[in-house]
Amino acid sequence: MSAVSAQARVEVALTLRRGESLLLTLGIPVLLLVVFGLVDVLPTGTDDPVDFLAPGVLALAVMSTAMVGLGIATGFERSYLVLKRLGATPLGRPALVGAKIASVLVVEALQLAVLVPIAYLIGWRPPLAGWPLAIAAMALGTVAFAGIGLTMAGVLRGEVNLAAQNGCYLVLLLFGGIVFPLAELPAPLEAAAKVLPSSALAELVRTALTDPVSTSGWAWAVLAAWAVAAPLVAARTFRWW
Amino acid sequence: MAAIEVDELVVRYPARRGDPGGPTTAVDGVSFEAHAGHVTALLGPNGAGKTSTVEVLEGYRHAVGGRVRVLGLDPVTEHHVLVRRVGVMLQGGGVYPGIRVREAVALFCAHYGGRTRPDDLLERTGLTELAHRTYRHLSGGEQQRLSLALALAGDPEVLFLDEPTAGVDVSGRLLVRRLVRDLADGGRAVLLTTHDLDEAEKVADHVVIVDRGRVVASGDPHELRASGDRIRFAGPSGIDVAALAAALGAPVHEASSGEYVVEAAPEPQRLAALTAWLAQHDLPLADLRAGRQSLEDVFVRLTTEESAATSAGRRRRSR
Repeated sequence: MSAVSAQARVEVALTLRRGESLLLTLGIPVLLLVVFGLVDVLPTGTDDPVDFLAPGVLALAVMSTAMVGLGIATGFERSYLVLKRLGATPLGRPALVGAKIASVLVVEALQLAVLVPIAYLIGWRPPLAGWPLAIAAMALGTVAFAGIGLTMAGVLRGEVNLAAQNGCYLVLLLFGGIVFPLAELPAPLEAAAKVLPSSALAELVRTALTDPVSTSGWAWAVLAAWAVAAPLVAARTFRWW
Repeated sequence: MAAIEVDELVVRYPARRGDPGGPTTAVDGVSFEAHAGHVTALLGPNGAGKTSTVEVLEGYRHAVGGRVRVLGLDPVTEHHVLVRRVGVMLQGGGVYPGIRVREAVALFCAHYGGRTRPDDLLERTGLTELAHRTYRHLSGGEQQRLSLALALAGDPEVLFLDEPTAGVDVSGRLLVRRLVRDLADGGRAVLLTTHDLDEAEKVADHVVIVDRGRVVASGDPHELRASGDRIRFAGPSGIDVAALAAALGAPVHEASSGEYVVEAAPEPQRLAALTAWLAQHDLPLADLRAGRQSLEDVFVRLTTEESAATSAGRRRRSR
């Protein structure tokens, strides 16, 4: 087995073994989807709440794995000197980053395999033609969120990083148009929320899986900007130990 | 060519914010060599500069001055070549807390392209029974042994072991010592750091004693002990050391009140002269120690002499 695939396998195994990371990557998205998909209490603006919620929850799944899951794990690996120790093996930094990307993609695929069937069960019927665009948006979102998560992981100490990642997650969830539309926010907050990567991704996945021809150019621009800037900042500021 | 060459190495740490002291010099002109087939111990108290020295050799840290070579290569610019030939054990950590023992060993074996078999490494380090235990559930000593197993995954020519027996129980210590001995006997160069004299004396072929970033002595443990041969005795304070020195033909000084040191090898003739002189002056002899000192005596003497000399120097400068 090659070094990169061995590394990626270990990263996935460790992620799936951590209870708190399972809660974050599967527990919370499934809970949000099922509860608010069945109980119509949120001002989703759609006939069936699942039509609004399912795309939002897919965006949330990407954010939880690429930003919080990756960021917390990497932060602790940094403080436990795992990254330092790996630096003395022939693996090399590009291969380590590659293994981490692969493990994020594997976990995201698992999330889709769980969340999409559940959404179907509670009545979600997105147009099949929208999936390529939705997946492209999720891929771009993965890059952006990984950049944000790794920026925090690379400069903050273990516990501070843990708190910062969870704090960001909550803010990006609440102001990301994931569980309720941005239009429900007061106007100044709504304007600010439009530049968040979570709102851009949720918007893109939602329009792709509702009306694929009308995805917003603004949302693509916002997400692409995050996807370029965040990894650059992470690469420039990251401290390996 | 020596496997490890360190020549006038200088390592400095930048000043911490809010610390008026300026940059700290951790290593201040250290030179030594370590050879294949030998266990070399860097021995010194905490903060002596041992880890800083090893981290330069591992390629983690840049030297401010001097030159180091590992297998003839530069540890920083030729890091990618050296990582395949060198094994590293950090002073602590370095392993995923949630990983299982066998998983960790298999992962590191994969990083070196399967040069060693995970089960062999587990057996050599006595971890076979713990193969399915998670790292965070291992005792300190077991964690150290796992780190050592990981250092061996690439079947390295050179091994850097930073405090390999710290926190290891007695049986684990024996296992680590035997393993280190076998590695050296198999032609590897092993450089370990320790603040434990007993450890250095038992495992090393060559000891480099460092203190405050400088080498204060080096040699094989036997030589180091011999170099410090002297006679120590205790008696009433205030003995006329000049007269005694004249009688013995060797320098004598009162190290502390009532504790005397004769700077000469403990030959029977000289011991006889000493006791005779004391008898002649009607002085009681409370304690007499002659013979080989332990490495501990050498170590304590060297590191305290160094600090006495530096503080004396400081006093002179401040006048």
